[in-house]
Amino acid sequence: MRVALFLTCVNDTLYPDTGRAVVRLLTRLGVEVDFPPAQTCCGQAHYNTGYRHDAEPLAVQFSDVFRGYEAIVTPSGSCAAMVRELYPRMGERARAEGRGDALAATVAPVAAKTYELTEFLVDVLGVTDVGAYYPHPVTYHPTCHGLRSLRLGDRPVRLLRAVKGLELIELPGAEECCGFGGTFAVKNADVSSAMGVDKVRNAESTGAEVLCAADNSCLMHLGGTMTRLRVGMRPVHIAEILASTEKEPLV
Amino acid sequence: MSGTFLGMPAFPEAARKAVADETLRGNLRHATHTIRAKRARAVSELSDWAALREAGKRIKDHTLRHLDRYLIQLEEAVTAAGGTVHWAADAHEANRIVAELVKATGESEVVKVKSMATQEIGLNEALEAEGIRAYETDLAELIVQLGGDRPSHILVPAIHRNRGEIRDIFRSRMGAWGRPAPEDLTDSPAELAEAARRHLREKFLRAKVAVSGANFMVAETGTLVVVESEGNGRMCLTLPETLISVVGIEKIVPTWRDLEVFLQTLPRSSTAERMNPYTSMWTGTTGSGTADVPRAFHLVLLDNGRTDTLADQVGRQALRCIRCSACLNVCPVYERAGGHAYGSVYPGPIGAILSPQLRGTGSEIDASLPYASSLCGACYDVCPVAIDIPEVLVHLRERVVEGGPVTRAGNKVVLKPAKGHAAERAVMRAARWAFSHPGALRAGQRLASRSRRFHPRTLPGPGRAWSASRDLPALPAEPFRDWWQRTHGGKEAR
Repeated sequence: MRVALFLTCVNDTLYPDTGRAVVRLLTRLGVEVDFPPAQTCCGQAHYNTGYRHDAEPLAVQFSDVFRGYEAIVTPSGSCAAMVRELYPRMGERARAEGRGDALAATVAPVAAKTYELTEFLVDVLGVTDVGAYYPHPVTYHPTCHGLRSLRLGDRPVRLLRAVKGLELIELPGAEECCGFGGTFAVKNADVSSAMGVDKVRNAESTGAEVLCAADNSCLMHLGGTMTRLRVGMRPVHIAEILASTEKEPLV
Repeated sequence: MSGTFLGMPAFPEAARKAVADETLRGNLRHATHTIRAKRARAVSELSDWAALREAGKRIKDHTLRHLDRYLIQLEEAVTAAGGTVHWAADAHEANRIVAELVKATGESEVVKVKSMATQEIGLNEALEAEGIRAYETDLAELIVQLGGDRPSHILVPAIHRNRGEIRDIFRSRMGAWGRPAPEDLTDSPAELAEAARRHLREKFLRAKVAVSGANFMVAETGTLVVVESEGNGRMCLTLPETLISVVGIEKIVPTWRDLEVFLQTLPRSSTAERMNPYTSMWTGTTGSGTADVPRAFHLVLLDNGRTDTLADQVGRQALRCIRCSACLNVCPVYERAGGHAYGSVYPGPIGAILSPQLRGTGSEIDASLPYASSLCGACYDVCPVAIDIPEVLVHLRERVVEGGPVTRAGNKVVLKPAKGHAAERAVMRAARWAFSHPGALRAGQRLASRSRRFHPRTLPGPGRAWSASRDLPALPAEPFRDWWQRTHGGKEAR
């Protein structure tokens, strides 16, 4: 199976380890991974901040870049939700504004075959035990778009439970937003920070070494809060945990 | 809307004070988490919750699509049942109508049933200016009124107060409004409730005029419905001689059968009860002459921005709202910012989409409300009429930054982009350009990576909002695309 990795602009620029982990993990599972270099950004920040018309060309570009693949896999719940849920909505809006079906028709094929990583593993590849080894206590934060847009449910947790050596500790108030929210983090920095601090304190109360999530943007906010509060925990993307094996442990 | 909210600062400034107020944070956290858990239990009891939610959404959408027809049907039914219907285009008109109706009775005081519509139009202040005193009789509204305060929650307007604060307000302020609180009043809930009961009983027995809102209006029979917990509503709706109800035009349901859906979803969503303790229904002055029905009934149908909201394809779903407050109780932003920061009698997620539509996005506070959300989607999940609040928030953000066509006072107008977004717009445009040119993006990433040793740990300008409370992520030695090019590049024709 030949799939395209849609890494996202944030991961490409700030978290290449997550990208390498996805490549390693999928390759290990027998998937042929390609990284189309013309990819950039899904346009989520534009769309969610009110710049829908600036997001449209990015949606078209995304569709052009990824059209030819069997599946598109991304290690980001919010970017997957952008493509799958909001691209079709942008198409509908363009139609309602009398701009025809072109946008809707362009985004429809890629929207249908875009998967968040854990969803791709469990639903498409049909695996929950990916042969990973990660001997650490971990707590998992389900990010909002994964939880409430994509309805990932217990998929990430099932994957983590199957990891050898990993002790999964339940996070109190897990379903509450971490406070990142894209531009919300700077537009309403005080509320955003207060939410982040509460999330970090909850994570700290579990005694886990690692706070895991399937979205690096939320982890960027929480990780930045952790170091500022001098909390001795690390934020780690789920892809990096699942890619780690006894032979090649995560460093 | 209520004049008491005029001149509010933008949401972020108002929220900053609330976030720093430990007592307020504690009060809100305790109250919202308690009711959040109770609601989840009450809803999980119903196996057909999803179907009820969908039915509620469809009934409301159908009614809104044919609102013109149902309003006329309602007017005819109310009139046939001995009531009088008045139409108010805006707050000013509604306040004038109510003030004239009260003056015509010769009375100078009214008792009030808790009502969002009358809060929205600032009725109490308008009546005060005409020499008419309005007494709130809902316990929480009484606390707010005695405290010279503003409501901070739709269902629990005094949610920001704890028992100790309430005792102090009762002890110091009740006497100025009527029967004083006992000298030795403690903060036990039973004692506080008893003090309020005795204070209010005097008002109920004396009042000749009552003012209410309504949760629903049934078009087929002209019946109004108030659901409540305390029984103060029942007192106001039955004891006085004249009843004036101010109701938003979106509160219609076509038939009694439709009501069945909402009488299940509203109490479970709001107070987490299977059924609310008091459901009062009245049809004009039907039954007048028996002791329990007012002799005169006036219905003031309030528009105040609702028709304009209805004209907007995306935003109109806000009019499905049945004012249950489930979205406030589940909202992590509301929990930390408190209700007052929203600058409206409608706080929380629903307020963030209602106020900028009913009032427009012209003021600083209204233009900032669509951003008062992390778009986490918890509000949409709990909404019993499936209002996609994040969708409307994003839509209103677009209205703020891009402007565009809207309906104001029944006229189609084209809004200009709001001021103060020029820098952000430039950044968004530049980002779009870079993202449309992968080569430019790569060049930017490389430059950032190679200069990473020189990056500051804190950001200047607007970036300070991030780095004041959070460290910046360290930049990697190279972006992923460069690693891919080095390791897999041979496979790719570039």
